[in-house]
Amino acid sequence: MQAVWNWFRWLHETTGINLTIFYDAFDRHRFFDGFLTSIELMASCLALSIVIGLVGAWVQGSSFKPLRVAVGGYIQFFRNTPPLIQLYFFYFALGSYITVHLANGQTVPLINNFTWAVICLSFYAGAFNVEIFRAGIEAVPDTTVEAAEALGYSRFGIYIHVLLPLAFRISLPALTNNLVNLMKTTSNAYAIAVPEMLYVSNQIWSDNLNVPEMMNVVLIIYVGLVGLFVFVMTRLERALRVPGIGL
Amino acid sequence: MAWTPDQPLIQIKDVHKSFGAVEVLKGISFDVAKSEVICVIGPSGSGKSTLLRCINALVPIDRGSIMVEGQEVHDPKLDKLALRRKVGMVFQQYNLFPHRTAQQNIMMAPLHVLKQDRHEVEARARRLLKKVRLEGKENAYPGELSGGQQQRVAIARSLAMNPDVMLFDEVTAALDPETVKEVLVTIRELAEEGMTCIIVTHEMGFAREVAGHIYFTDRGVIVEHGPPAEFFVKARDPRTRQFLSQIL
Repeated sequence: MQAVWNWFRWLHETTGINLTIFYDAFDRHRFFDGFLTSIELMASCLALSIVIGLVGAWVQGSSFKPLRVAVGGYIQFFRNTPPLIQLYFFYFALGSYITVHLANGQTVPLINNFTWAVICLSFYAGAFNVEIFRAGIEAVPDTTVEAAEALGYSRFGIYIHVLLPLAFRISLPALTNNLVNLMKTTSNAYAIAVPEMLYVSNQIWSDNLNVPEMMNVVLIIYVGLVGLFVFVMTRLERALRVPGIGL
Repeated sequence: MAWTPDQPLIQIKDVHKSFGAVEVLKGISFDVAKSEVICVIGPSGSGKSTLLRCINALVPIDRGSIMVEGQEVHDPKLDKLALRRKVGMVFQQYNLFPHRTAQQNIMMAPLHVLKQDRHEVEARARRLLKKVRLEGKENAYPGELSGGQQQRVAIARSLAMNPDVMLFDEVTAALDPETVKEVLVTIRELAEEGMTCIIVTHEMGFAREVAGHIYFTDRGVIVEHGPPAEFFVKARDPRTRQFLSQIL
């Protein structure tokens, strides 16, 4: 490994391309931590937003109107406001009310910035996921649902065994789009000082004045991460393909 | 009054059903005894399909009574699962679950709804596929089967629940003429084994062969009924005669 680090030092000395994140141990560690934080943020938001989408779509099919109205309101709120402003709103507005008093008399926020970012971005993407899954559910013919009813399935059983497996397949292309968008939007967490990749890059370029190099690194990593995710989703789409449902 | 097996399996009395302002069923009454096969015929829009869907509570009725083995279907406290275990239904468009193979389609409800043992259910699914002459198609998806094959899987799927009565809703109407026969043969075998069947059909030749009793419905009422030998030869009502002359 040391040979690689040394090569980057040589690169800097001969060409001026300054990638401290390779040859400087301190920068290397903080950039890698930022990278891991980004991955953690993306993974948490992807998982939570899918759960929100599935539950929301289930509730939207409920016969209890107040629940449907509540989900509709949630979707309007999160879909019609920019994610950056949502992050500020949650972290600075809501976060300042949700605090705990410590024994030494200090007042600190109960929910840290990373958790706020996960909550906020998951609900942001989750709002779209509800609509995506709902469209998938509506694409399943009523007659298929009726056949399940005639076999004695409950509404929940139909959702789990018939509607969801079919709706999921129908929704996959749109879902992939939205989740890609979510992965990229996690960089907004920078604004509330979540030490993710862009945030640590900013620290690094402030110290080393190597903005163009770091911007390139960040972009290339995003291209790679999203590319990998799309590859996995395409494979999943292919693996779930069944004859005769036109996917 | 408790139901005993010597009473009719299904007792339909004065059933009324409207969709909005349109009254689709205007007082239908008839009984179906155990092992009886009845065919319901009549022009499109005469309420035949609606009647079938009322029997297994897919559609609630407005007035009247439908008793299945003594259980009132027109009852807000109805245990739909208990009813649907007794009543199997096969649809015009097969309505198989496209994401599951033929065998899985047959196994799903016994596993998920009745929570039966997997090995037992699997063995039964194989027997049923054999019975509907689809051995070797266990792992085919519905999209890989012809209409007639799909419909036979759908019949096997209903039979897997061990129903006491089978409802067939124009099950050959969407099929090619060549594949109609294979489905009808399957239904006839079931009837011969003593399965109670209510068959809505436009296949007059089949109805004549398989039915013990034929009901002709038009505009929500039973116009005429009788055993096939009488019904086809000595229809009295002008509406029945006109319908038969158009179709035969």
